Amino acid sequence: MKSASFFEALAALLPAENLKIAEEDMRPYECDGLSMYRALPKCVALPANEAELAAVMQLCHAHRVPVVARGAGTGLSGGATPSPDALLLSTAKMMRILDIDALGCTARVQPGVRNLAISEAVSQYGLYYAPDPSSQIACSIGGNVAENSGGVHCLKYGLTIHNIRKLRVVLMTGEIVELGTDALDAPGYDLLALMIGSEGLLGIVTEVTVKLTPKPQLAQVAMASFASVEAAGAAVGYIIAAGIIPAGLEMMDKIATEAVEGFVHAGYDLDAAAILLCESDGTPEEVADEMARVSEVLRNAGATDIKVSQNEAERLRYWSGRKNAFPATGRISPDYYCMDGTIPRAQLPRVLNVIAVLSAKYNLRCANVFHAGDGNLHPLIMFDANVPGELERAEEFGAEILELCVEVGGTITGEHGVGIEKINQMCVQFSPKELTRMHEIKHAFDEHGLLNPGKAVPTLHRCAEFGKMRIGQGKPMPFSDLPRF
Amino acid sequence: MCLTSYEQIMIEHWQSQIKAAAAKGAKLAIRGSGSKAFCGPVANGEIIDTREHVGIVEYEPNELVIVVRCGTRIADVEKAMADAGQMLAFEPPHFGEHATIGGMVASGLSGPRRPYAGALRDFVLGCKVLDGKGDHLSFGGKVMKNVAGFDVSRLLTGSQGTLGVITEVAFKCLPVPKAQQTRVFEFDAQTAIERMNRWYGEANPITATTWVGGKLYVRLAGAAPAVQSAAANLGGEALAIDADWWRNWREQKHEFFAGDQPLIRLACKSTAAWSDLASNAEQQAIDWGGAQRWLRASAAQLPAVRAWAKTQGGHAGIFRGANSEAERSEPLQTALAAVQAKIKASFDPYQVFSSL
Repeated sequence: MKSASFFEALAALLPAENLKIAEEDMRPYECDGLSMYRALPKCVALPANEAELAAVMQLCHAHRVPVVARGAGTGLSGGATPSPDALLLSTAKMMRILDIDALGCTARVQPGVRNLAISEAVSQYGLYYAPDPSSQIACSIGGNVAENSGGVHCLKYGLTIHNIRKLRVVLMTGEIVELGTDALDAPGYDLLALMIGSEGLLGIVTEVTVKLTPKPQLAQVAMASFASVEAAGAAVGYIIAAGIIPAGLEMMDKIATEAVEGFVHAGYDLDAAAILLCESDGTPEEVADEMARVSEVLRNAGATDIKVSQNEAERLRYWSGRKNAFPATGRISPDYYCMDGTIPRAQLPRVLNVIAVLSAKYNLRCANVFHAGDGNLHPLIMFDANVPGELERAEEFGAEILELCVEVGGTITGEHGVGIEKINQMCVQFSPKELTRMHEIKHAFDEHGLLNPGKAVPTLHRCAEFGKMRIGQGKPMPFSDLPRF
Repeated sequence: MCLTSYEQIMIEHWQSQIKAAAAKGAKLAIRGSGSKAFCGPVANGEIIDTREHVGIVEYEPNELVIVVRCGTRIADVEKAMADAGQMLAFEPPHFGEHATIGGMVASGLSGPRRPYAGALRDFVLGCKVLDGKGDHLSFGGKVMKNVAGFDVSRLLTGSQGTLGVITEVAFKCLPVPKAQQTRVFEFDAQTAIERMNRWYGEANPITATTWVGGKLYVRLAGAAPAVQSAAANLGGEALAIDADWWRNWREQKHEFFAGDQPLIRLACKSTAAWSDLASNAEQQAIDWGGAQRWLRASAAQLPAVRAWAKTQGGHAGIFRGANSEAERSEPLQTALAAVQAKIKASFDPYQVFSSL
């Protein structure tokens, strides 16, 4: 009964084309980038502006209907996975660039604007938006804010959180608030920092003021080959020890370079056990100086071959392999499962050795791509979901990797978010009191727990069940209560 | 949580102090050296002296991470980092020889490098905190990228001791630039604002900009050849012993800050056109690429200054010489004030610590 009045009221708030209720219309929204989890939402709302969005939120609040927000749907942790009892709120129709302040190096945009579209729009002023997740051609800035997305250049230029000045946010009640200011700080607690990376649990972003970065005059990338993964890992430490913060510092192991080379022909050395990509940017003098130092460090670290990009086309070709590592893996395996732990870099050899052992244990191949500069590891576990048991084995393998990351002093997620994917591992990383504090913070924004329920922060009950399961079986069996396709 | 016996004793001591205060409805004043007491909320009650909890827990220069206990002097941390060729890139003001890391994080202040390298909160990787129930909680971590759970360690940064005792903090470190020099230009205020913004947008290696006393100071830092070519392009005069000049400016020992007249801090968009808010140009300084402005003015001028700041996307308050919390900081939007009060209540349900 209540539901009928809810749909009537909803239909009155939105033009018909901005509301999807029929199953076939909702099918495209049944999953995000973590496609192994699928469900149809209660309905899909695509508000065209902030007023429509706030009205939808107010209605959902009044009817106690949960809301799951969705940007471009490229997220890898199931943060936008629908739930049958929740409205799916897509920001895809809010895709206008509202204002560019070229002198002040900021831009004000709607949440549905694509990450790369911002850089394209401000390129004429010699500026760009620095965070560059690999999905930047498709992912939206609203989703980047929700996930605190990173990219291959964040050691030097920061994550999303370091590049956002101000947000307009609609709370679950429909109230509109501004977090941050047009200045560099705001009175009160840093609620802007809290909102960024909150995975749609605290509010829905309707406007984002981003900081823009001057385009460096020049960028060059060095590609170095190593005979062992350990030697490549050590080289990363030597670069940092030399006082160099490269614009990008990435590592790929042999399984990853082989997958990529067949896909994009980036020119990678297939005899190497691992390759490092080290980018330098700045003035021509700065780049020449840094490249000379980087090359020397790499040689002393035992690089078997070093190539430095000689022009922009070559630089982009070297990077194309790294940026296409995920789809390339998808080409050599029916399915793959991408992990996202971060570790203190010194632990890299140990962690990679254990991953190799686990790979044999679960009998699944695993390629490793690594944001080496900031310790963010992306093991890509390859499996075939059509082979009974392989998905479960891949998930167990992944869970063991995440717990290993925590054990060596790291974290279960560096940039992809917890979502539903890593929710059990949150119980390993945080104590019940810490998780309770996070629930209280959510409650401060969302009294009835309607925003993206069941994601990002596990209930203590769930952790207790997870703990029992592990004790009972001697190994983790994650997500056993979630629907599978 | 794995604690060494020394830590265990200290934390348990404070836990019992907090629980006792909570039980009898008493207040506790979290205090380091007191160097920033002038710019934070009033703290009453029995003192929790953070200087009892001292030391660098972990420093791995190659990991770009340092983990420090709250009572450690900022100066000692910066010395250890300088020995390894690294620094706290947000260039924190100390405001006293004995200023502590805990007080630095709780007050959340950043120095001249703020607009170019980032704010203090941008370099906080993780925090441990003793809340108003005496629970010792850990958020964030000691790795560069970490999106597990809400970003509570950055919420604690700048929370002015209202949420609990920050006991330990992990920071991201950056290398000290190989070369540095400062160029000085005689410009009027509006020209200075325009140059600060334009030169940054042209990808010059700028790490600080301040206009005071009719002169624009631009600090360049990075690889030696880059600094030299930028200096040649921008022109101006070289400033001798520029490190001392910037330290004095950061510590508010420059003559602009002398005297007893209140000091108003105004935050605005960096491009905000010059406005003669004070009675003459000598009484205003422009900092942070235009985004932070300092005024020597009376409290009576504050409403007008705030009204102007609002039109420029920012806010203002009395930084030195405030008579009340209302003069120090602007009130929040109602919905946000409610959220903030609930967060405060969850960390400090018995109101043991300073009020918001």
